[in-house]
Amino acid sequence: MDWQAFWLTIRLAVLVAAVLVVIGLPIAYWITYSRWRWKFLAEAVVALPIVIPPTVLGFYVLLALGPRSPLGRWWEALTGHSLAFTFEGLVIGSILYSLPFAVQPFAASFSAVDSKLIAASATLGASRTKTFFRVILPLSISGLVTGVALSFAHTMGEFGVVLMVGGNIPGVTRTVSIDIYDQVQMSNYGGANQTALVLVWIAFVVLSLVYALNRRIWAIWPWK
Amino acid sequence: MTAKTRALVLLGAAALSATSVAQELTVAAAADLSSALTELAANYQKQTGTRVRLAFGSSGNLTQQIKNGAPFDLFFSADEDYPKQLMEERLAEQDSFYRYAVGRLILWVLKSSSLDIEHRGLKVLLDASVKKIAIANPQHAPYGRAAVAALRHFQLFDKVADRLVLGENVSQAAQFVESGNAQVGLIALSPALEPSMRGSGRYWEVPSDAYPELDQAAVLLSRSQHKGEAAAFLGYMKMPEAQAILRGYGFWLPEEKH
Repeated sequence: MDWQAFWLTIRLAVLVAAVLVVIGLPIAYWITYSRWRWKFLAEAVVALPIVIPPTVLGFYVLLALGPRSPLGRWWEALTGHSLAFTFEGLVIGSILYSLPFAVQPFAASFSAVDSKLIAASATLGASRTKTFFRVILPLSISGLVTGVALSFAHTMGEFGVVLMVGGNIPGVTRTVSIDIYDQVQMSNYGGANQTALVLVWIAFVVLSLVYALNRRIWAIWPWK
Repeated sequence: MTAKTRALVLLGAAALSATSVAQELTVAAAADLSSALTELAANYQKQTGTRVRLAFGSSGNLTQQIKNGAPFDLFFSADEDYPKQLMEERLAEQDSFYRYAVGRLILWVLKSSSLDIEHRGLKVLLDASVKKIAIANPQHAPYGRAAVAALRHFQLFDKVADRLVLGENVSQAAQFVESGNAQVGLIALSPALEPSMRGSGRYWEVPSDAYPELDQAAVLLSRSQHKGEAAAFLGYMKMPEAQAILRGYGFWLPEEKH
């Protein structure tokens, strides 16, 4: 069993889920409350990774990370190495790939918050930030948890993007799904089954914990 | 091929094209064949009316698909082992085994690269500017195994192992180089000669004694519903016209000395 691949995949999924909370919440907030008439275009762009095949997305991420793109050149000048075939490269690809799975549940739960409560908070003198953390977010906890759980799970099982930009380097970019794929290729069905079973268990345990926490989170919410 | 078999092939092909129903073959082939086989299939269709649908992938992957019931009529592998494996499991016809080409391993860089591969060969891999070396996955791609064998032959493997990146097949390894993300690739000659790649890269051929011979074989699959047509297409592959196309796309013929 390639435990290194498991550890790598879990680190990737946790990191991607965390980043998606940080960038997903403002995007979802903007999508929900903006009155810009063209905002449906932004919504469509956010949903695109659902439609684009992962290998296609991965191919363009590969091009974007490479020395032929401005982003790739900038990164190389900054750090001295290319982003492709690195863990950071996987993180970038995975954030794009899982973005809608975080933003859509966030936005859905924001728009379910009663607008009278937001108005009341404003008339009581609370700033927008304060209203967000004390009214909107506490009422959207289940959407937040769903978004985190989905982006975590989606990244755990990611294959096409990693295949295209990873380069299958042990300990750096060889995730569990790539490891399983390699074992199937080598006709090592036994090994593939074992690895898949462990992957399913880990995902099940983590998701159960997240959903269990969802019921109790009110007890530990810091901004009550 | 004798004149007699050649006549038989043409006769068979003519008989097939005379039938009103359009004939169709589905061929699974290793990724290194993509250009050569596309051209061969188009020529064959022009001559016989039989439509040849092509499915490309790594030989290992295609073998798995065949074992699990993929509806292919013929399988062109990038080695001999996978076809033999299929014959052992009675998934391929015993007498259809045909060694159609021998693959060639090259060191490939972009035209704009400053690496002097023409004079220094594999030694360029030790340059500091070579940060990533793309090869096909040696676990399931024959050219990946050949690349690792060549690296070991020149006692370079341990020095470069931490800079290897693995493509799912040779085409992906070539893509890693073409996109500029890997500085060199150890790939098959055939993708480097593809029209889309020919202009973008330079190559140095790895001496063929540095790696085990890359004999490539094809087999007719037992589950095929079109065995007659499949055999006719295999027959076409043995004709000088088809062999010239294979040679043009960077393969040796099995009987050639090299």
